[in-house]
Amino acid sequence: MELTNQQRNVVIIGGGPAGIEASKALDALGYTVFLIERENRLGGHLGRWDRLFPYGTPADDVLGQMTASMGRVKWFTSTEVTQLNKLERGYNVILSNGLSVLADALLLTTGFTLFNASKKEEYGYGIYDKVITNADLEDWFSGIPVPAVGNPRRIGFVHCVGSRDEKVGNRYCSKVCCATAVKQACEIKQQFPDAVVYCFYMDLRMFGRGYEDMYLEAQKKYGVIFVRGRVSEVSEDKDGHLFVKAEDTLSGKPLRVTLDLLVLMAGMSHNRAVDPIARTLALSTMEDGFLKPKDSLTAAQASYCTGVFYAGACTGPKTLPETMAEARAAATNIHEYLQEQ
Amino acid sequence: MNYEGKKRIWSEFQKEIPDDRYFYARSCIRQNFNPGAEQAFLDIVRNRFGKDFYEDPLHTTCGGIAYHSDTTPEETSMTIIARQFSLMNQAGYRNFVVSCVTSFGLHTEILQTWEEHPEIEAKIHELLWKACKREFTKPDFLMHSSDMMYHYRFLISEQARYPLINVHTGEPLKVVEHIGCHYSKIFPSKSVGGAEYPRVLAGLVEALGGSVVDYPERRHCCGFGFRQYLVKANRGYSLTNTYKKFESMEPFHPDLIITNCPGCNYFLDRWQYVIAETSGKTYGDTPGYGIPVLSSEEVSALVMGYDPWDLGLQMHQVAVEPLLDKMGVQYDKSRKYKGVGGKDLGIPASPANIRIF
Repeated sequence: MELTNQQRNVVIIGGGPAGIEASKALDALGYTVFLIERENRLGGHLGRWDRLFPYGTPADDVLGQMTASMGRVKWFTSTEVTQLNKLERGYNVILSNGLSVLADALLLTTGFTLFNASKKEEYGYGIYDKVITNADLEDWFSGIPVPAVGNPRRIGFVHCVGSRDEKVGNRYCSKVCCATAVKQACEIKQQFPDAVVYCFYMDLRMFGRGYEDMYLEAQKKYGVIFVRGRVSEVSEDKDGHLFVKAEDTLSGKPLRVTLDLLVLMAGMSHNRAVDPIARTLALSTMEDGFLKPKDSLTAAQASYCTGVFYAGACTGPKTLPETMAEARAAATNIHEYLQEQ
Repeated sequence: MNYEGKKRIWSEFQKEIPDDRYFYARSCIRQNFNPGAEQAFLDIVRNRFGKDFYEDPLHTTCGGIAYHSDTTPEETSMTIIARQFSLMNQAGYRNFVVSCVTSFGLHTEILQTWEEHPEIEAKIHELLWKACKREFTKPDFLMHSSDMMYHYRFLISEQARYPLINVHTGEPLKVVEHIGCHYSKIFPSKSVGGAEYPRVLAGLVEALGGSVVDYPERRHCCGFGFRQYLVKANRGYSLTNTYKKFESMEPFHPDLIITNCPGCNYFLDRWQYVIAETSGKTYGDTPGYGIPVLSSEEVSALVMGYDPWDLGLQMHQVAVEPLLDKMGVQYDKSRKYKGVGGKDLGIPASPANIRIF
């Protein structure tokens, strides 16, 4: 007897933008969707961000629109997968809330973790009070007190923290940091118009629609100073100001600046929470820990494991629009797969 | 400054340090300029702590200065070091401790090279056999003498007669710790505390009662830089780097600089004379005298009550008397320039701008 779509279960692990978008798409196709999120709310990193590049759209608005109508999706927050068993056809997924689901397909949307900036010891995150990350600054933009911010007169942004960096084992570009740094540099200038703002970059990867305009605006309207060169070390002087050494590779000279605030653009690292699942299902991973799709060009949402699919930053750094597009593509791939069963 | 943050980093750069039984290799620079430091090291570990540190009179330079000056190829240094290991094997030891930071860096680099390129190690076995009919096996552990001072810091503290505390104020002495570049900047994982916030001297200073000065240029090279100094035309560059460090530490009024590198010790000490004579400027808490620069062994020995002149502290350019007075060290001023058996060594010519006693 042929099963209806509603009789087929799809379990989606990870309730960030990819998980939300895919769950709604699969729900619309009539499947019974279980969306699992270990945090106490849906949204992933999007839920912690204040505004989004390139147009300054409030992240809450975007997330609100995404979650306004979850349809028949059965979503669970503060819930984790405790056990996963491969069956002859499909998977048995046991959740920390006691629920056991027989899944016909699995979609991993486990996303990324923000790079732990304290690993770049030379930048002094966790050592010097005035060194914060992009995520900390988003908290401050959102109204959460971040005492380090204070009333800064000289502010620096360091791009590529934990990205394009062999020393920490992350050779890849995290894709979103350049645009985020430029966005945050503009926002901080809005808050502190008299402050001098530096961006220390390797390259500026302004590849998306509207990004270049944002970059030009940062220079022309806000007077952000872009310095091509990496920061080599950060120290603290007697008065608690940050003493920053960098290289200006365009002028070929070393540079020293004293700053009141340094913002590290922490990139994306693979989410270690997915490792046990990857081990259980014998999923392939890349050397940097991200999940390896079956084919990065023609089967980017497929895994090497039957009935297991990927979407979003679990396979590598992605922008939000890319994540959403992948989520919809994964839903289509799962639909095709289930129709063939 | 978040001390807990530093502790977290230190926890990631721990090093297993065997407590006893070492083959000891000396430093060329220290033997010439501050021989008391090595003598104090051996006396402390052997006679105060009862440890077995063996020294073979047949051991030689490691060749590090020549290697870093581009005057000998790496294979030459490797063969020299292989011979040191052979002497260690012959004496029945498996742990190797070197007195010099550059030597430590070179030994580490060579061991790592052999680890990654066994064919190079095989070639060195051949070269050593051809050169002197010797065989060798690598040490189980490679240490720097400052690792040992760190390891024994609480033993030193237990025997402290003059802790790093200002007897006039009761406050901890403000100590600049300067780590030689070749200790941890090449292989952070082989050090105590890593490259960015090294623990090896900071831990010793704290255990002995002092407080560590965290100044902006603390990671900066002392300026020696081998070719920066050895090529005469580059010496201004060497001096500039040292000057940069002193300008950076000046607002913190340090009482003492402690180093773990013979070259750093020498240049941070001697360039103060040059700066004073060329610009008239001196640094430190005692106007006109500069900041004393001592090795980890000299500081440890001083704290443990060794006589400063037996330690050879008069061999340093910057006078140590202001430091001794702050620590409350008892010393005989008249013995400063007396050699073995009371032989008069003569009083050095007094510089114009940096005072001596």
